[in-house]
Amino acid sequence: MEEQDKILNDVTQGDYKYGFVTDIETDIIEKGLNEDVIRLISAKKGEPEFMLKFRLDAFKKWQKMKMPNWAYLKIPPIDLQAISYYAAPKKGPKYESMDEVDPELIDTFNKLGIPLEEQKHLAGVAVDVVMDSVSVKTTFKDTLAEKGIIFCSFSEAVEEHPDLIKKYLGQAVPVADNYFAALNSAVFSDGSFCYIPKGVRCPMELSTYFRINAANTGQFERTLIVADDDSYVSYLEGCTAPMRDENQLHAAVVEIITMDRAEVKYSTVQNWYPGDKNGKGGIYNFVTKRGICRGESSKISWTQVETGSAITWKYPSCILMGDNSVGEFNSVAVTNNYQQADTGSKMIHIGKNTKSTIISKGISAGKSDNSYRGLVKVMPKATGSRNFSQCDSLLLNDTCGAHTFPYIEVGNKSSVVEHEATTSKIGEDQIFYCNQRGIDTETAIGMIVNGYAKEVLNKLPMEFAVEAQKLLQISLEGSVG
Amino acid sequence: MLSIKNLYASVEGMEILKGINLEIKPGEVHAIMGPNGSGKSTLASVLAGKEDYEITAGEITFLGEDLLDKSPELRAKEGLFLSFQYPVEIPGVPMVNFLKTSVNEHRKHKGLKELTAGEFLKLMREKMDLVDMHTKLTNRMVNEGFSGGEKKKNEIFQMAMLEPKLAILDETDSGLDIDALRVVANGVNALKSPETAAIVVTHYQRLLDYIVPDYVHILYKGKIVKTAGKELALELEEKGYDWIKSDNEK
Ligand SMILES: Nc1ncnc2c1ncn2[C@@H]1O[C@H](COP(=O)(O)OP(=O)(O)O)[C@@H](O)[C@H]1O
Ligand SMILES: [Mg+2]
Repeated sequence: MEEQDKILNDVTQGDYKYGFVTDIETDIIEKGLNEDVIRLISAKKGEPEFMLKFRLDAFKKWQKMKMPNWAYLKIPPIDLQAISYYAAPKKGPKYESMDEVDPELIDTFNKLGIPLEEQKHLAGVAVDVVMDSVSVKTTFKDTLAEKGIIFCSFSEAVEEHPDLIKKYLGQAVPVADNYFAALNSAVFSDGSFCYIPKGVRCPMELSTYFRINAANTGQFERTLIVADDDSYVSYLEGCTAPMRDENQLHAAVVEIITMDRAEVKYSTVQNWYPGDKNGKGGIYNFVTKRGICRGESSKISWTQVETGSAITWKYPSCILMGDNSVGEFNSVAVTNNYQQADTGSKMIHIGKNTKSTIISKGISAGKSDNSYRGLVKVMPKATGSRNFSQCDSLLLNDTCGAHTFPYIEVGNKSSVVEHEATTSKIGEDQIFYCNQRGIDTETAIGMIVNGYAKEVLNKLPMEFAVEAQKLLQISLEGSVG
Repeated sequence: MLSIKNLYASVEGMEILKGINLEIKPGEVHAIMGPNGSGKSTLASVLAGKEDYEITAGEITFLGEDLLDKSPELRAKEGLFLSFQYPVEIPGVPMVNFLKTSVNEHRKHKGLKELTAGEFLKLMREKMDLVDMHTKLTNRMVNEGFSGGEKKKNEIFQMAMLEPKLAILDETDSGLDIDALRVVANGVNALKSPETAAIVVTHYQRLLDYIVPDYVHILYKGKIVKTAGKELALELEEKGYDWIKSDNEK
């Protein structure tokens, strides 16, 4: 019994090991949101006119919009005027060589396991590192450039490849798509851009690592990935934030566009600070992620492991335009203590013989609420299309909640949509059985949860999968019963 | 090896064990019999360290140390094994992973090197032969879709893998056909040595034909009301429990 208490203690006190703050000089603009702020952000970044227009257009539309309230979430009022919309480490904006990088910054990312020095990197992963509002470092850029691959910060892309940005920005997520996407379009400060040319298989995993550091700021980054005909890329995203008592807003947009026979795999391990065990603090994560399979036989897959954030509102989606195109959504969402998650996917079938799969594994503990929300829509012309959805919920106790909201619309007779759902509970008996075989409770929960989530974890790139496994275990320690 | 003194235990405020005394020495086999609801499984659970039960009085020492202080996993690693009356299913966790983790936790505790996958599989094959365990079972998730008999066999298989000092078998023989019964008995007898001991909870004399007990105890309403040699089991088989019940009413 004492052992149990000890585990519980370790967990509630030491679970979030990324909660430190870096003491670094930061350039933060005044709190508040108005047209001047948007002009200021654009000016600070030295953006061309078309970007300012994009932002102002978004802002105008956003002003007429309301915060969505249809999700199964209790969202406290968010004062968007109390947030600063631009924060950047002062030295910078972008480091050309390691010597210029603030040692504090290097140290920060070392602690997070993301060394900025290329030679120290996991072989085969190129990283764009975004701290608060700006990208601080992109690794392996030259190696990639040899293949014609563009991988850089969003700001750089606006400067160096304005034609591509102009052509693709806002295609998958139009500026007025939803409240948070519109807000992001107006104020986003940086992010990553990636373009894979025709016929190129990207030789390494590309990755963006997001870190919120400054207080009283929001993070609004934007990622745009374009895969031209017959190309392939696997993209990873990771994120952490310091532990703070107040909530912080993260409203990102990710857009993916695939041309004929191109494939993009997008994997996320979302580990924003979830708040403490009493529900104080934590990130509000309101993210719009959408891909368009523009070309025939192209494929987009979203794989996410969500363990962080106080509130998660996120529906990575696929618009299957090209005939025979394929969309996939694989998700493990963990909620503990007072966390709330409303997450799922939309699969919109427009092209003929399009296929989509949704695998959602919700794991709830503490007093948390975990909802799956999904839409499968097959348009009348999308004949011969198929969807399979599997939504499973695992409960660790009687005080948490799991909910499923599947919406299905099928517009023709030759398409088939299947939906399966299960709910199960980790029993004390299962834990005791493991204990009796010499396996401690922590390891037992890890084994059971990882077994349950295996189908999704297997879709992650190798090193990421290992990290995700550990994360699942840490997020849930001491939560059975 | 195991010494239980004046043990009282209750669950949800209800007293189930009411002053148990039991001494088990290395090399001995003790059978515990008694009508349903007497507290046999409760005693087994208390020994294994299940949290639901509150120990209100008494003490237990195992291998010379206080047992009640220790976590269930520590008890297991120090050599206490419980073959559950109702083994649970653990979906999503492959039998092989489960057992490998279990074996290696035991080894770590003893200061031994963890087994590699190859070494583990070799050990597993050896023990599978012993209890006639089929790979179709070890390839599945823990107990998932196992028949009642297969679950019991799986308990004995795990026991063979872990080589405990004290094995507690809670009605492992219930619902087994005669072949499976022999397998269970083989598993227990293979483990038998001057350093190990077993507690066999059973309703049937037939198991005790294979596993010959040194003592037979009758547990009734939370107390051991009678202790004798193996002939007591035969007597029970003949006469049932009624005479015990009437002797102990009032
Ligand atoms: N977890 C529990 N909650 C409530 N009652 C219990 C629990 N475990 C055992 N009991 C009760 O304790 C008594 C003894 O049960 P048990 O030890 O399983 O007996 P046996 O194994 O001898 O058949 C029964 O009356 C049973 O209902
Ligand atoms: Mg029983």
